[in-house]
Amino acid sequence: MKYAYFPGCSLHSMAAEYDHSVLEMCGRLGIEMNEIPDWNCCGASSAHSTNHLLSLAIPARNLSIAEEQGLDVVAPCAACYQRLVTVQHETRHDVKIKEKVNKVLGDRSYEAKNDVKSILDVLVDYGIDNLAAKVEKPLQGLKVASYYGCYLVKPPKICHVDDAENPMIMDKIMTALGAEAVQWPYKTECCGGSLLLSNPDIVLKLGRDILQVATDAGANCIVTPCPLCQPNLDTRQGQINSKYGTDYKMPIFYISQLVAIALGSHKNNMKLHKHLIDPTELLKVI
Amino acid sequence: MSIVNLSEIAERNAGFAAQVLEESGEDVRRCYQCGKCSAGCPVAFAMDYRPNRIIRMIQLGMREDLLNSRSIWLCGTCSTCTARCPRDVDLCRINDTLRVMAYREGIKSKVKNEVLMHDLFMKFILKYGRIYELGLALGMYMALPMNGIKDAGMGIELMAKGKLNLLPHKIKGAKELQQIAEAVKRLEAEE
Ligand code: SF4
Ligand code: SF4
Repeated sequence: MKYAYFPGCSLHSMAAEYDHSVLEMCGRLGIEMNEIPDWNCCGASSAHSTNHLLSLAIPARNLSIAEEQGLDVVAPCAACYQRLVTVQHETRHDVKIKEKVNKVLGDRSYEAKNDVKSILDVLVDYGIDNLAAKVEKPLQGLKVASYYGCYLVKPPKICHVDDAENPMIMDKIMTALGAEAVQWPYKTECCGGSLLLSNPDIVLKLGRDILQVATDAGANCIVTPCPLCQPNLDTRQGQINSKYGTDYKMPIFYISQLVAIALGSHKNNMKLHKHLIDPTELLKVI
Repeated sequence: MSIVNLSEIAERNAGFAAQVLEESGEDVRRCYQCGKCSAGCPVAFAMDYRPNRIIRMIQLGMREDLLNSRSIWLCGTCSTCTARCPRDVDLCRINDTLRVMAYREGIKSKVKNEVLMHDLFMKFILKYGRIYELGLALGMYMALPMNGIKDAGMGIELMAKGKLNLLPHKIKGAKELQQIAEAVKRLEAEE
């Protein structure tokens, strides 16, 4: 298996441990990731909030480079994934949009021939049974709340997961790794990540709700494929605790960190020190 | 007591709904006001007009109220409303369109932080080709000292964890992105 790799800005700064663990995981599975040369930012929420055509053309440059390489594109960041897959969807379904995007791209062209994939798609392509067969260190004792967030699953017409309200893909992956996949109703509730810089108070409430529902469901950690959700839920727990008088110490993992550990990577190699909530104690159970 | 005929008002002000349809591809006449969008919206509690009202106000042509609302900037673009709408109205996309309209017309949002963040964001993307998170954070904190004081401790903690890059990374294609942005402007001026 071979893909064009789009790390995106988060994985090169706040979420360096996500980048690192995705590459580690793929290395162990024999999946080749070729970073898109000279990739640019996907435009994030700012481009689509200020100009629609520009919000398609900015990420289209990346897809166009990947198309030259003849590869499907993997964007582990859920937010980048949604931006890229939106471009793919709109250019495939609307000839006028495709024409406009190509016009503003100048010398480049984008035919939307390649597929955009999330990190969950990659593992599904690999095969969850095949993954289970590769597990060296089962994650027994971990009670994981799979938190998908919004961008990887919605809108359902564009993002193709199994079910936008109650997705099970990541839960199945966790089960394959030997963990217990706790069932809870907040799998796709928004954590407010995109409002983090501008409206921190709203974000604290949303984060509190998610941590509480996960706790009530009996989870001892949360796993996510989103580098907006992870820091939002991890780094804000202190503030949430002081605002609401709670006592959360819930480790928040990236999916690739747990997969890589189960495949035999040492936990000290997962850059877990970057997380504010230290998962060392918890990981002693496995 | 006077009687207001909403159907008449909607008909008189149909221009706004038509403009929203043109720009977003979404037809607000499909909405039957079930309220499912508002029930699931994670930020409805903080909005001045809840999602179903946004649609109703478009139907009634209440353009100025909407473009000046807090709601359009508070929307976190989670698409929950879109996923659940039984009438297939993509409200998340409509909010995008309303933000684009307000932004284009230079309407000063009541949620100043949001517009400022998008301004800085786009500036960095076009200048470097990538986001410069520390620059973004500093820009926000300099403009909004209250937030800065509240969040300064967090910034230091993140930096100590090696989470924020100190310097921006500039890609070779930054120039190309600027040309794309110029081309978008030209194309839109032609239309
Ligand atoms: S969910 Fe759809 S039909 Fe119901 S009020 Fe919202 S937009 Fe209208
Ligand atoms: S997309 Fe916006 S309006 Fe719709 S549910 Fe999410 S936050 Fe609310």
